[in-house]
Amino acid sequence: MVQLTLPKNSRIMKGKTWPKPEGANNLRVFKIYRWSPDDTQNPSLDTYFLDVDNCGPMILDALIKIKTDIDPTLTFRRSCREGICGSCAMSIDGINTLACIHGIDDVKGDINIYPLPHMPVIKDLIPDLTHFYAQHASIMPWLETKTDRPSNEWKQSIEDRKKLDGLYECVMCASCSTSCPSYWWNSDKYLGPAALLHAYRWIIDSRDEATGERLSELEDPFKLYRCHTIMNCTNTCPKGLNPAKAIAEVKKMMVEKSA
Amino acid sequence: MSTSKSDQRPLSPHLSVYKWQLHAITSILTRITGNALIVGVILFVWWLLAAATSESNYQIVNGIISSWLGKLILIGSLWALWYHSLAGIRHLIWDHAVWLDINKSRLLGWAVVFGSFALTFLTILFV
Repeated sequence: MVQLTLPKNSRIMKGKTWPKPEGANNLRVFKIYRWSPDDTQNPSLDTYFLDVDNCGPMILDALIKIKTDIDPTLTFRRSCREGICGSCAMSIDGINTLACIHGIDDVKGDINIYPLPHMPVIKDLIPDLTHFYAQHASIMPWLETKTDRPSNEWKQSIEDRKKLDGLYECVMCASCSTSCPSYWWNSDKYLGPAALLHAYRWIIDSRDEATGERLSELEDPFKLYRCHTIMNCTNTCPKGLNPAKAIAEVKKMMVEKSA
Repeated sequence: MSTSKSDQRPLSPHLSVYKWQLHAITSILTRITGNALIVGVILFVWWLLAAATSESNYQIVNGIISSWLGKLILIGSLWALWYHSLAGIRHLIWDHAVWLDINKSRLLGWAVVFGSFALTFLTILFV
């Protein structure tokens, strides 16, 4: 349901301003969303100053530096630091992206960092992705086959394999789904760009034998058709993929199926 | 984690922090123009009804429509109609799963914006 403002317990209060480091010559301002389940306070926006000459180039480097040098309670997910695990997805400078592959220099002015939008917050920059993962599981993200298992591998031509390019690279960081206004208002029923991109990845896999069932499963006013091609997903994907196009392909196959 | 804890979880900010991009703006404008046109259509139908009933009725409604506010609503409706039509054509293109990469779709967005103003201008000029 469309709710334009945040619930009372989610409104963001003025936070703490942390001291500036001494002898810094290239100070940048980081405004970071904070919320802890350990007290009853509303979320707040804390201000940190960082000498970026004394820090790695990426937003994640800055977050780690803040956690190490200024405020060890700052909480965020991270792992691979090279854009392949998808853990450090967050809202940076108004878009969703991976902190580890987004340069500090890419942001002008104050650097605003929030958790992925319109998600329940577990702590600070960590959203609860349980429902997001459940939606991914619901599209059967595996090879469904009916014929007998071949003696070797399931074979695929080079052309058919190419159809998976631009789809298989998805790291499930949830940047796209949480950038989508349709997903904000209807995530209970609408699958969202990430799950739908994965759905398409299996629908067009030449080895998969459940194409019809997969399409039937998506034939629903909400699951698929809440996509109104707003294209925030494609604009924000840190891996440069195109969920909007994948969804359009599924809609097209739906028409062809019923024709 | 206990249920009570997760009930207290705040919702992360969305509209208030997300950057407005051309695609999203042109998308929501499609819906806004579609709804706003209802106002224009009601006014227009009232005008026609008045013209079909009596001269005195027509004088009243015509007075409202010819006022600066009436003209503003009519010109606004004209733009909304062009915008909504062009945005509709953009959806027809997208329904073929083409022109959906960022650059081409952005081009379509600008085409809808500039096209709607240009066509509004031309309509006022020639009609």
